[in-house]
Amino acid sequence: MATKKDAKPNVSADELKAYYKDMLLIRRFEEKAGQLYGMGLIGGFCHLYIGQEAVVVGLEATAKDGDKRVTSYRDHGHMLACGMDPKGVMAELTGREDGYSKGKGGSMHMFSKEKHFYGGHGIVAAQVPIGAGLALADQYKGNDNVTFVYFGDGAANQGQVYETYNMAQLWDLPVVFVIENNQYAMGTSTKRSTKSPSYWERGAAYGIKGEEVDGMDVLAVKEVGEKAVAHCRSGKGPYILEIKTYRYRGHSMSDPAKYRTREEVQKMRDERDPIEQIRDLLLTGKHASEDDLKAMDKEIKEIVNEAAEFSKESPEPNLDELWTDIYATEVPQEA
Amino acid sequence: MATEILMPALSPTMEEGTLAKWLVKEGDTVSSGDILAEIETDKATMEFEAVDEGTIGKILIDEGTEGVAVNTAIAVLLEEGENMDDAEIEESQAQQPVAADKEQSSETAPANSKSHPEPKAAAPAKSDRTPDWGDDVEVKQTTVREALRDAMAEEMRRDGDVFLMGEEVAEYQGAYKITQGLLDEFGAKRVIDTPITEHGFAGLGVGAAFGGLRPIVEFMTFNFAMQAMDQIINSAAKTLYMSGGQMGCPMVFRGPNGAAARVGAQHSQDYAAWFMQVPGLKVCMPYSAADAKGLLKSAIRDPNPVIFLENEILYGRSFDVPVMDDFTIPFGKAKIERDGDGVTIVSFGIGMTYALEAAEKLAEDGIEAEVINLRTLRPMDTETILESVRKTNRCVTVEEGWPQGSVGGYISSVIMQGAFDYLDAPVITCTGKDVPMPYAANLEKHALITTDEVVEACKTVCYK
Repeated sequence: MATKKDAKPNVSADELKAYYKDMLLIRRFEEKAGQLYGMGLIGGFCHLYIGQEAVVVGLEATAKDGDKRVTSYRDHGHMLACGMDPKGVMAELTGREDGYSKGKGGSMHMFSKEKHFYGGHGIVAAQVPIGAGLALADQYKGNDNVTFVYFGDGAANQGQVYETYNMAQLWDLPVVFVIENNQYAMGTSTKRSTKSPSYWERGAAYGIKGEEVDGMDVLAVKEVGEKAVAHCRSGKGPYILEIKTYRYRGHSMSDPAKYRTREEVQKMRDERDPIEQIRDLLLTGKHASEDDLKAMDKEIKEIVNEAAEFSKESPEPNLDELWTDIYATEVPQEA
Repeated sequence: MATEILMPALSPTMEEGTLAKWLVKEGDTVSSGDILAEIETDKATMEFEAVDEGTIGKILIDEGTEGVAVNTAIAVLLEEGENMDDAEIEESQAQQPVAADKEQSSETAPANSKSHPEPKAAAPAKSDRTPDWGDDVEVKQTTVREALRDAMAEEMRRDGDVFLMGEEVAEYQGAYKITQGLLDEFGAKRVIDTPITEHGFAGLGVGAAFGGLRPIVEFMTFNFAMQAMDQIINSAAKTLYMSGGQMGCPMVFRGPNGAAARVGAQHSQDYAAWFMQVPGLKVCMPYSAADAKGLLKSAIRDPNPVIFLENEILYGRSFDVPVMDDFTIPFGKAKIERDGDGVTIVSFGIGMTYALEAAEKLAEDGIEAEVINLRTLRPMDTETILESVRKTNRCVTVEEGWPQGSVGGYISSVIMQGAFDYLDAPVITCTGKDVPMPYAANLEKHALITTDEVVEACKTVCYK
């Protein structure tokens, strides 16, 4: 595990506040998405990121312009963290024309060329070789951008992950493999699915460096993230981060979550919550008052409510949209 | 202001459920994430969490109530300092947008989608019969193998973002020698030997295309592309649509497809009909060297994922190829390889070999066959087929693939819907036999389509 949070005195108050707000935005957004799902405004599958906020917020803090990211279907947090508009994301969840994919992608399939967010992939682990391909494109063009490839502990048992590890290390591709180990692949705990307890160590078989870190601690995530990114940016090839995290909600909205106890979830929420940890740091370090935090909470709540209203008011896509975007007529320009 | 807590939808299909148990009572304070109730859906018992904080003012639906419709108010949540008596209950917001949706839902909206062309209507109203090159253009006998290599080399010279990856494409010079000389000219950065890892390198190619490059991914044979099927279909073909047009996948998947000779069931399948089914993919299946060159150059330039199905047996055959700086063939334009008015034979790829041989034999018996080389299966030039059938009133399709769900099956449905009144006989679809490819020489010969079978089919539709 990475060092404890009190070992990082160099973080500024502004940074702490920014992480707090970014994580809170994801938390509130996801709660609202859950609520809209309950109201029947969001359909199909909807996988919430609640509990895992520190992973993307910590890693996005290490990204620079032009860096790319790609993930699985549990993707709302990644989109918000890389700066995509909550309105466009929520409107996609409700299947409306102002959604990022004009309502044709849904919760699991969203993209933003502008923010270099390459999906949103519904097939477990399919994003892993795709991410390495994005890194190949950067290497080919000769820039120093890196790609963050996020996948879960479930995906970490797919064969294509290891096909990708081999090629990424063989060709020194600038890719950070981020294993978001939330301990459950849908309803199967890692203990029941995986013989070796550690996923990041598997990279050693390919000569890929890596480490694990407490994913409930945004500062610890950021610290290892910086190391991984520096490694990739300097042309040394890929790096693996196994981030130990936890999702509070079910796998998707229709998951009764009977594979773990209510106490287990509650204990994590009470003792390890990533947002509460930063809140404590802000208060104990006197970087913010209760009133400051209340104001931030209010601001975030307004952003989320606005996104929700927007997503309800945006019309359903025109029926013409059924027939568009099947074939490109010209090559889309790289943003 | 107080808010109503509504019966939630807890699965994609839930319309009503049982409020099994309340875990809070009136007067309890709740905060976000607290469990309010247990709700039984058709599938499972789910815990229902609070989203907002407040005090439970009133429970409106008793526990144990069955058949509670989604969005029914089940409790009232009070804000800090409010009590139930003076609570002004905010109208449930859920009802309004859902109702508004109904008004503009697909069922009731004006059916302006009618103005949309069906995919098949996208073909030109009249088939394009212009020749691929002019009479004054010099031609050179070229093998399909050389034509494919030349097409890639020309496009790689033209566009620095085009690169080739696959097994044995670089140092070995191609398992079937298609990529001979490319490593020398373009270097290891642009001609990349991959490990044997089809799923992985197909996905890498997709990512590189998302990232702005123009990959050509070679499969040693399309049989091995089955390992990569998910990346081809789910990632390459569907992303443009799923991204609302933001992110396309300009790339080519190419390699030999169909039976070679004596390599058994796992190395001998024709995948034309499989790939042809997928919106988002374009599918080429060249016959001649000119087809191979002109179509591959178009495929590399196309902003969509293109499946390019070659054939090992055709690699060594020579055909006239025009000597031109930049020879391309547009997609969706079939070629009439032989004029006739007795019967229409439609084929593509190596099937053309049987179709043309059959036409020669039929001519001896006085039947002049019109032979159509489709060249691209998606888009498919159905107009040229229909125009020909309106003239000949008879049609036979020829392919090496299996009969059920075949390309010919699709073509016959197009003809039935577009030229039924012109047909003087049912369309016959000549296909490979409905068996895995056997190894024994005599059995393999019988499993494949034969020229004699095509001749027989043509005579049958001509009632001769």
